[in-house]
Amino acid sequence: MGQRTPLYQQHLNAGAKIVDFGGWDMPIQYQSLIEEHHAVRQHAGVFDVSHMTVVDISGTQAKDWLRYLLANDVDKLTEPGRALYSAMLNDNGGVVDDLIVYTMSEGYRLVVNCGTREKDLRWMQTKAKGFDVSILERPELAILAVHGPESINKVCALLSTERAAAVEALGNFRALESEDWFIARTGYTGERGLELIVPNADAPALWDALLGSGVKPIGLGARDTLRLEAGMNLYGHDMDEEVSPLAANMAQTISWEPSDRQFVGRAAVEQHKIEQAAGKLPILTGLVLEERGVLREGLRVVCEVDGQEREGIITSGSFSPTLKHSIALARIPAGSTECRVDIRGKLTPVRIVRPNFVRFGKKVFE
Amino acid sequence: MSSFPEDLKYAPSHEWVRIEADGSIVMGISDHAQELLGDIVFIELPSEGADVTAKAEMSVVESVKAASDIYAPVSGTIVEVNQALLDSPETVNTSPYGDGWFCRIKPSNPAELDALLDADAYAKICE
Repeated sequence: MGQRTPLYQQHLNAGAKIVDFGGWDMPIQYQSLIEEHHAVRQHAGVFDVSHMTVVDISGTQAKDWLRYLLANDVDKLTEPGRALYSAMLNDNGGVVDDLIVYTMSEGYRLVVNCGTREKDLRWMQTKAKGFDVSILERPELAILAVHGPESINKVCALLSTERAAAVEALGNFRALESEDWFIARTGYTGERGLELIVPNADAPALWDALLGSGVKPIGLGARDTLRLEAGMNLYGHDMDEEVSPLAANMAQTISWEPSDRQFVGRAAVEQHKIEQAAGKLPILTGLVLEERGVLREGLRVVCEVDGQEREGIITSGSFSPTLKHSIALARIPAGSTECRVDIRGKLTPVRIVRPNFVRFGKKVFE
Repeated sequence: MSSFPEDLKYAPSHEWVRIEADGSIVMGISDHAQELLGDIVFIELPSEGADVTAKAEMSVVESVKAASDIYAPVSGTIVEVNQALLDSPETVNTSPYGDGWFCRIKPSNPAELDALLDADAYAKICE
């Protein structure tokens, strides 16, 4: 038996198929992954993501420390209730984890991946030496992600008038604290939606109320197809400690200015930038297969670069329920003009596209 | 819970077989197999007239999660293919023993049918 979130019984009640996910007993799907996927694209769905790790940062040097720890710059967060996506790099410029950081009325809140929890906390402690900073994990909090075109209305209908008005006014990548609830306009699906970080004790009633109002329960299976359609990276698949953020489509999350900000991994990624300019760093791109067949993680990609054959690899791949054909993220040599994927020994031509497939229910690539 | 109709025979590799009055067999994949695969999105079927060999690959099923080989439960010749599955592969999820059938085979060695499992024996290996 793995660890269980406060919503475990709710998952059983909804008929979930439970799997081990990073040591947690989590719902992979309820009835049909594809129907769950469509529910989020067309209406509203709720995910239990309480297995993810919430870490609150306080202390007089919290900001200075985060400006050192993260490749993105929390100095951009000019007021409470703002959010920023960032990589946490190692000294070689590889990705230790990707995370969201929020500014709170006091200090900061980080949400990091579940599978990397222990090494992340260890890494943070190691890098906190010499800083007046406190790193506090918050296992007593649950996270419900509610996403889809109807999600915000569905959530607001369950809240007090005052809380609902505040949530309706929230912009994208904004968050608010309301008593012991933390409500953020962030997510991992490419749809409008909220992440509700609430005390564990409040989670089951909130879940039941959402389902009661017609919000569908969504498993981790559809979470993966939704994020892949949205072109969002999954840690441990599309990037890891061996991969530069510049080779993982994360260049926009590195804050190079001010040039005297010494963040962990800076020297290494500056070197990667030079390699990239020389065409020596691979890129993370989108691949599309419009005929039958499914692109899958680990499949070999044969790429044509200046008339020569070179290899790449699929880092995430699936059938796209919205597009009704297969899509993938792949790391391929820079300058690749044509790609073929080795599907069970057959080299199948695929199209190279920007790694962003679906937003707000619609196809977004050419 | 998966269902295991009593009137069918089963291969340990999760295909079912129904023996028809004319001696041909109809085959598909079991309810248990479709549950394990999850939502099915593509199916490759053999051509009519093709010969298949018992326990050899005859078809590929792709679900959102994985690609799986499907094995011929008996040797013989494909006499009919369920073309509707090419456009509606999800039928295998909703009706694995009915409209989700794969193909009809004329067995070349009917004795191979005796090696297949009955519903109880198959249900046991699915536990």
